[in-house]
This record gives sequence, structure tokens and C-alpha cells, in this order.
Amino acid sequence: MSEHSVPPAPGSDVLVRVEHLKKYFPIRKGAVISRLVGNVKAVDDVSFEIRRGETLGVVGESGCGKSTTGRAVLQLHKPTAGRVFLEDTELTALSPPEIRRLRPRMQMIFQDSYDSLNPRHSVRKIIAEPLVVQGVMPADKIRDRVVELLELVGLQASHMVRFPHEFSGGQRQRINIARALALNPDFVVCDEPISALDVSIQAQVVNLFEDLQKQLGLTYMFIAHDLSMVQHISHRVAVMYLGNLVELTRRDKLFHDPLHPYTQSLMSAVPIPEPRLERKRKRIPLQGEVPSPANPPSGCVFHTRCPLAQDICEEEPPPYREVLPDHWVACHLADGRGGSKIAVEEIR
Amino acid sequence: MAPILEVSDLVTRFYTFDGVVHALNGVSFDLQAGETLAIVGESGSGKSVTMMSLLHLLPMPPARIEGGSALFHDDSGTIDLLKLNRAEISRVRGGRIGFIFQDALSALNPVMTVGRQIAESLERHLGLGHEQCRRRVVELLEKVGIPGAKQRYRNYPHQFSGGMRQRVMIAVAMACNPKIVIADEPTTALDVTVQAQIVELTQQLQRELGIAVIWITHDLGVVAGIADRVLVMYAGRPVEIAPVDDLYDHPGHPYTIGLLEALPRMDAAGSKRLISIEGSPPDLMAPPAHCQFAWRCRYAFERCWNEVPPQVSVGPQHHITCFYDVNRERPRDNV
Repeated sequence: MSEHSVPPAPGSDVLVRVEHLKKYFPIRKGAVISRLVGNVKAVDDVSFEIRRGETLGVVGESGCGKSTTGRAVLQLHKPTAGRVFLEDTELTALSPPEIRRLRPRMQMIFQDSYDSLNPRHSVRKIIAEPLVVQGVMPADKIRDRVVELLELVGLQASHMVRFPHEFSGGQRQRINIARALALNPDFVVCDEPISALDVSIQAQVVNLFEDLQKQLGLTYMFIAHDLSMVQHISHRVAVMYLGNLVELTRRDKLFHDPLHPYTQSLMSAVPIPEPRLERKRKRIPLQGEVPSPANPPSGCVFHTRCPLAQDICEEEPPPYREVLPDHWVACHLADGRGGSKIAVEEIR
Repeated sequence: MAPILEVSDLVTRFYTFDGVVHALNGVSFDLQAGETLAIVGESGSGKSVTMMSLLHLLPMPPARIEGGSALFHDDSGTIDLLKLNRAEISRVRGGRIGFIFQDALSALNPVMTVGRQIAESLERHLGLGHEQCRRRVVELLEKVGIPGAKQRYRNYPHQFSGGMRQRVMIAVAMACNPKIVIADEPTTALDVTVQAQIVELTQQLQRELGIAVIWITHDLGVVAGIADRVLVMYAGRPVEIAPVDDLYDHPGHPYTIGLLEALPRMDAAGSKRLISIEGSPPDLMAPPAHCQFAWRCRYAFERCWNEVPPQVSVGPQHHITCFYDVNRERPRDNV
């Protein structure tokens, strides 16, 4: 582990800090006497920080560990190793009741707006639930707060008596957002919150997320696989591959100057809605398929598919380091002077 | 260029306990030999129902095709797909018209080797013998880029990754040298890098074999890369059909304009606020007595609430279903 492997010491503006986070899921065999035969390394040594008021996007393909990271940060999964800080409080050192007392400050919004709402509860009951559970408010004030939240997310007070099935997907996601905001959180993890919605509705919900951030000073961790949407909403974007964080930088740099070979390939695969441009674009194809996270490759986890792989990539895991200002990369070849650039002309 | 498929005034309804769902309210379009026509729309716009109506894949009841025709021109003459009986349509499906579905895992038979599944359609449509079939299947698997085709012949669908399964589906669709392949959201469930591979493979096979492709999707990014022409659907009606460059440069229907504005662009700085289309798609239970988009349309005026707009031409091959001229910022007078 190099000396650069941890993000810089927290400034006053860092809200969430993650250090060497690992989450392994055990693979057990045997019905009666179960024994451990291996681990699925869903998240394997990930370090990053989220600044107050920013949106950190997390992208990657299915199975790369982005959702597990989000859940482990909120302690919904108990991390296998590593530390997570909310301001100066180390979440990973707290007991469950202590975590629970901190819950109002950190909330989550899920992808499936239908599954995450109880179909037998009215909207009023759903949004009031966090207020009741945390006991932060006298019972007679709760109704007013629910109305206030509904209006905040663009619904009406009259919606309070309805049930989840009476709403469209976009409206249900608004209810989820209202519930997450009920306790005035600082930090919200959004796990694929717009993936299930239609294009025209996605724009409505993304705009709502942006408005709420400005209005309430929220900090988001925005997990999604739709790269163009993540890039639109995020200030900085983290790219994950096979449980590892491979690159983290400002959103404009990520598209125009990606340093990690995986990011370069990923960016080249995202279609652009502009026919003349899109027809001419060159893709950077990857060979083979994503290896199993139960048995990740040695050294750099990407070396099996990397067009630039050298001997060192097979032997040693690359340090995650700040190659250029505010541009973190885990690649042996990245030097900020084009060392890790794939020459598109040579590909085909 | 002669059209290979001409669909006109297709009307499909679903008779449910809650009422009649007006899924398709007069869909017309044509498909030229060898071209790629993209059909774009949101969920419930009728893009999949259109294709399933053509190939008799809808459960009837509750579905009922209540009007229209779908003329399929081929070397052996012209047939109306909607008038075929069960035996006749099954000779067309998988033979002259291939199909690629979104979810390869549920579209493929889990207890049958992929080799057998491809061979099945070869036996049925081309009447090939056992050994000929096997050779052709291995050839097809190689063609769609499955490594170790000979060994993979005996594998089951669950032994393939998502992208590889989609390749198997493409092999099934292309097996009998179809004239048309209908791809219903073939890349929606895939990751972007795999999506790029599947798009490229489909285009390459299309060029090689001269197949016309109908590509159903909601992703306007993918459409930009593959389509020759685009059909935009809303609430069971086509609202705009145009050559792809025209559509992105000069969208004419307020809905198309809204869709394009709602998209974030990777290559732009991304700091601009997205312009969303307010409201949500209409309830298809209510029969359409006026323009279905009027509720969400920023240009809607009185006429839009009283009549269903007809299709008007605004350029060569560019048709719009709208009373309003967006470019001149006033209602059209020639409608």
C-alpha cells in the first residue's frame, strides 16, 4: 500500500470519509455442517470522500459493487473491514443503537419505488413513519410536516390519503424522496433512483433532486449505471470495476480526459444522441468478460481485459493515487501525461 | 426502393374487466428492404404491442386487433400478416421474420441446449436434416461471436452470460435468413459496453445479409447510432416519422422536442438544467377524442382539444401528427 492510498486528511468541508472499505460475502457449502469455501469480494478496499453539498456519482457495470458500497457506507451492510466517517464520527465503531440515533442524518432512496413502499399504508403513514419511529415530533405536528414534505417534492396535500398503487412510477419516487427527507438528513444515498422511469419522467425527478440539493444543502451519493444521467447530476464521479474504485474525478474530466483504460472504454461505449457524431464514434472494445468477484485476478483486477496490460499489472495491485489535482486513478500506467491512454486509431 | 412491410391503420384494443384499453389507435408506417427503422416511445406508447400484433403474439382475449392491414412483400408475393391463420403465421415467424426479445433468459428454453433451440427453427422452416442443422448452427454461433462454438452447442442458456445469451438470440433470429428482424429492446437489460458489442454485431449481420431491422427502444442515444429512419410513438399513435438526421436536427412534434431536451449529453458540460415534459402519459382507457399529448404540450391550443390531428408531411419522408407548426410558431393552416 503506498503512502498515497488514502484521500487527503479531512478538511472542514468533508462530510463522509471512507477508508479502505471492504465488504466480503461468504460462500458456504454443506447443508448441515457449513464451511467457508470462499468470499465474494463485492467491495475490495475502496477509499474516497464526499464533500458537503456535493453530489458524488458512482458508476460501473452490474456486479461492480456500487450498490454494496452505498449500503456499506450507510451501515446497512456491516463492512468486513475499513472505516466510514460521518464528519468526525466513526460509523464503523458505533453500536446499532448509536447508529440508529444517527440515522436521521443519513437516508437512502431505492431504485424500485414500488417495492420500497408498503402497499397497505397510506402515503400519510409512509411519510410519517420516520418521524414516528425517531420520535422527533409531537403527534399533532406530524400531519403538517407531511403536507410540507409532499409540497416540497411536487405533490399535493390531497395525495396523503391515497395508496402507493394509485400513483405513477415518477410520483412514487417522489413519495420515496419525501420519506427520505422527513428527518432533515445531511446525506442521502440514492441507489439507481431513476433507472426504472421513462425518459421524460427521469428529467423531472433529476431536476427535483437538483432543486432539493440547492434548497436544503443536501449531499448525495448517486449510484446509477446510466452514465450520461450520472454525469449530468454529479459534481464528481467515481468509477468502479470488480469491487475496486478505479477512477474518481470531476465530471467534465471523466468524459473528456479519462485516465484509467476501463473508464476510457466505458466512456466510448455510451451512446450520444446526435446521429452524425454517433455514427463516426470509435469504441474501445474490451476482450472477454468481467471475471468472478469470488476469484478476482491477481495484481490489477482489470489486467485480464486491459489492452495496455504489462507484466507489473499482473503482479502488483496498482496504488489508488492522485495523479493530477483532484483526479484519482488506480493504474500503474497513469502518469497524467498520456501514459495510460489507449490510442483509438490503433484499435481497429 | 420498394417497401417490404406496409402497416396501415393498425388498431389493437385490450378488453379487460376494468374497461377497454386503447393500446393502438391507428398505427401506419412502412419498412424498406435493408433499412433500420427505430421505434421510440415510453412505456405504454404501444411500440411493443405494434410488433406483437403483427406477429399474432398477443394473448387473445383480452387483446383484439380491430382494424388495419400489414402487407408483407416478399419474392413469393404479398401477404397480409393480420389475415393469416395460426398455421400460416407460424411459418412466417422465425422464418421470414426473426425476433429478438429483451430478456434472453426468459425467451430461451432453459431445459434445451442452445444448439437444439437454433436447430429447431432450421428444421421447421428450412427442413434441414440433422447433420446439416448441426453444421449450420455451429456456423451461426461462430458468426455471432461465441467462442468455442462446437463445445457451446451443447450448453444450456444459464451457462451463458447476459451478453452471450443475447448473441444466441440473434443467432436464432438470423438462422433462417429472414427478410425482417424485429428487435424489441434487445440491449435494455445489458451494460453499456455489452450493449455496444450487440449493436455492432447486429449492424454487421444486417449489412452482410441485407436484412431490414425494426429496432424498438426508448434509448435515443442508441437510435442515433443505428437508425436510418425513426418512428416516435405516443399513446398508441405515431406522432412523428423521419430520417434520423432530420429528426434530431429539426424535430417537428412537441413530444419529440421534449424527449430530446430531456436527455443529458455526455459530451456537453452537463451543467444545463434538463427540460422535462411535465405531467405523465394519458390513461389509455379513455378513447382519444383529441390529441393525446395536449395535456403535456406547451403549444396546445383550442383545436388540439377538439380534434385528433391527422398526419402531415413537412419534408421528404418526414411526417408529423400535429396541428402546430413549431418552426413558424403558429398553428398550421394546411391541415
